[in-house]
Amino acid sequence: MQTVISVTNLSKHFKDAVAVDDLSFAVYRGDIYGFLGQNGAGKSTTIRMLLSLIRPTSGRIELFGMNLRTHRLDILTQVGAIIEKPDTYKYLTAFENISLFANMSGVKIPKKRLMEKLELVDLAERANSRVKTFSQGMKQRLGIAIALVHDPGLLILDEPTNGLDPQGIADMRNLILDLSRNHQKTILVSSHLLSEIEVMANRMMIIDKGKKVIEGQVSNLLDGTNMIVELQTTEADKTFQVLENSKWKSYLRSRQNGKFIFEMDKIQIPALNKDLVEQGIGVLHLQPRHSLEDYFLSITTSPHVEAAAN
Amino acid sequence: MMKNISLTKLIFLVVAFLPGRPVEAQDADALIQKLRSKMETVKSYEADGVMKTTVTYLKVPEAKVKLYFKRPDKLKIRNENGISLVPKSILGISIQNIFSGQYTALFSGYDSNGLRILKLIPKDENSDIALSTLYVDESNLLIRKAKITTKENGTYELEMTYGKYASYALPDKLICSFNLKDYKLPKGVTFDYDDGSKKQTPLIQSAKGQVEIRYTSYLINKPIPDNMF
Amino acid sequence: MWKLLQIELFKIFRKPRTYISFGAIAAIIILIQLGLKFDGRSYLELLMGDISASFEVPYDKVLNGYFVAFVILNALLIHVPLLVALVAGDSVAGEANMGTLRLLITKPITRTQLLLVKYAATVIYTVMLLAWMAILALLMSILFFGTNDILIARNDVMEQIEKADILWRYMAAFGFAAVALSTVAALAFLLSVFADNSIGPIVATMCIVIVFTILSELKIPMYDKTVKPYLFTSHMLAWKGFFYSRMGPDNSVIRGSIENLPAIGRSFWILIGYIVAFLGTAIISFKRKDILS
Repeated sequence: MQTVISVTNLSKHFKDAVAVDDLSFAVYRGDIYGFLGQNGAGKSTTIRMLLSLIRPTSGRIELFGMNLRTHRLDILTQVGAIIEKPDTYKYLTAFENISLFANMSGVKIPKKRLMEKLELVDLAERANSRVKTFSQGMKQRLGIAIALVHDPGLLILDEPTNGLDPQGIADMRNLILDLSRNHQKTILVSSHLLSEIEVMANRMMIIDKGKKVIEGQVSNLLDGTNMIVELQTTEADKTFQVLENSKWKSYLRSRQNGKFIFEMDKIQIPALNKDLVEQGIGVLHLQPRHSLEDYFLSITTSPHVEAAAN
Repeated sequence: MMKNISLTKLIFLVVAFLPGRPVEAQDADALIQKLRSKMETVKSYEADGVMKTTVTYLKVPEAKVKLYFKRPDKLKIRNENGISLVPKSILGISIQNIFSGQYTALFSGYDSNGLRILKLIPKDENSDIALSTLYVDESNLLIRKAKITTKENGTYELEMTYGKYASYALPDKLICSFNLKDYKLPKGVTFDYDDGSKKQTPLIQSAKGQVEIRYTSYLINKPIPDNMF
Repeated sequence: MWKLLQIELFKIFRKPRTYISFGAIAAIIILIQLGLKFDGRSYLELLMGDISASFEVPYDKVLNGYFVAFVILNALLIHVPLLVALVAGDSVAGEANMGTLRLLITKPITRTQLLLVKYAATVIYTVMLLAWMAILALLMSILFFGTNDILIARNDVMEQIEKADILWRYMAAFGFAAVALSTVAALAFLLSVFADNSIGPIVATMCIVIVFTILSELKIPMYDKTVKPYLFTSHMLAWKGFFYSRMGPDNSVIRGSIENLPAIGRSFWILIGYIVAFLGTAIISFKRKDILS
């Protein structure tokens, strides 16, 4: 399996806040990788770091096996992206916009191919209209066409369904699936909606307050027998040492604010409890969550609801 | 100051009342008559010349000009190819009509070059000219130099160098020096570029001006229409 | 690089805002020309004031195309920086505001390249604005008013240049003006890098130019020696130096000469220094900047 994105210990500190905290993950060739988190969780900052818009405070980013810091131009010729709103030059037509960005992509692209891309996103008929006359959905699709114009192997889409109506959301979802299946693109797609990631992605990660909460195959994570188990103890550091040297290490998914998150069959919970108690660790809280969805909802509180309503 | 004035007066009185003055006055009139009749052979002329203007506040290039003269007192300086700012005063003072009007003439000795010094005092009280002093080359009947003191416009000095046209009493070169009003532009009209350097000061100081005309050719007594002036 | 430059120029010249400047310049120039055509004599009489007391001034000859062009340049070159700021200040900040900047930066070009190309496009716009001025102010004035010697009133002296000696001076002046305006462009460009909308850098540039111009024109000795020699606005007026000629030892103007070429040269290099400093700072800070727009 070829690694397309490899992120190791990535952090970004702004003046007074930590936006991304020691994040590591990998995206493999052919993945639709879901990047899930509530607004402000650090998704956009991470994506901007992947695209060299923001300098990481620390950590390492590799795309296509190349270091982003040293091979930025080589990498960017193989990446297409939408970052937040898909803004383009409103005073130019769709065709002018796409050909302008095509000319900046470092490869020569014939006019026919530009029109093909507009056809792919169903904008061929409006090729000569100015973007300021476009609906939000059309702008979003133009954004995708621009991201695709130089046939990149990797697409990075930041909240591509944001601001779309239900039909627009469905169209976008189908387009992403089509790009993956029929055009062999590797896709990183971020969202604050689990439902969206669930139907598109094969692998996913949940990020909260800049930290990774969980990462894995969507099918496994959403499997009913696999539970998200939350543990809180009297001594977090000692607990961590004990877990590191035991079989439980393989179930541990993350450690956050003194809480440990496991992914395991609930039948194993008593055994875990027993092991901890035997090591002299006081268990304050050991609770199985019903599913990933429950868990996600529990960490994404009111802001999530507001954002979803938008 | 008082002393100087009285000294001048004294000299004037001595000169004025020197014995034999009527004879001299007659001689002076005779000389003027001779000069005048020689000059009056030129009724008009059209001349080509090069004019160089030296004025403290003007930076102008040498200009090719055409000069037109017609008796009794018409003079025009034209620059056909460009612009020439002609001092108004030199148009009013022309050596050709220096003898027009009524005046008292008297000799005042010789200068160091042997030129006869001749003074003319206009009789007309309204005349702007208070006194003209002429330096005359008696043997060639040419005025080589003239100092004209006016009541309103300061003093003019004319210096003539003669050559080819000496027989018509027309100079090859004329240098005219005169006084000028000061020049100051209203602030805000210009945006001068201050390059940080000291201003280049032209050679003639204070509000004095000088015009030099080098005549290259004359067309003498060719009729010139009046609308030329 | 050339392709990127074409793209930038395409963006500039498809934007309606770009043409405001061309329109404004045309309007001002035509107004000045009409004014001088119908009432040029009164203007000249004011300008010639003391000179006409002692000299015969051939007003109809003095009011020629070269003179009119000089009056226009004198009036306009102080204000054109504001028009240049309109485009230069928008260059980066405008893209940030539109949201296209983040897309540009994900394209395989370096940020340095992007800025250099954007600045080059701004300079080309500036030069085209000047060319437009040259056509209207010089060519049209020559057509309407003819040519003759030019008289230029300075604070303490009146310069006269023969008509055959003028045209090259205009070319040199326009060339210098291009450098002067590029300095303003570089300033607006630098401010543009720090802003996320274009109003800020445009207004800030205008304010800086206005304050500096006032300081340049003030005749306060304390500033003359200390601040003035370092203000770029003082040096932007050096184009006029091309219209001042030198005097020969015989006290007449030397044709084809320039009174103080080293001063113009110094002004030129100071302006180039400002451009390099503004642009260098812009590039260094832009390279480090996190794009959050």
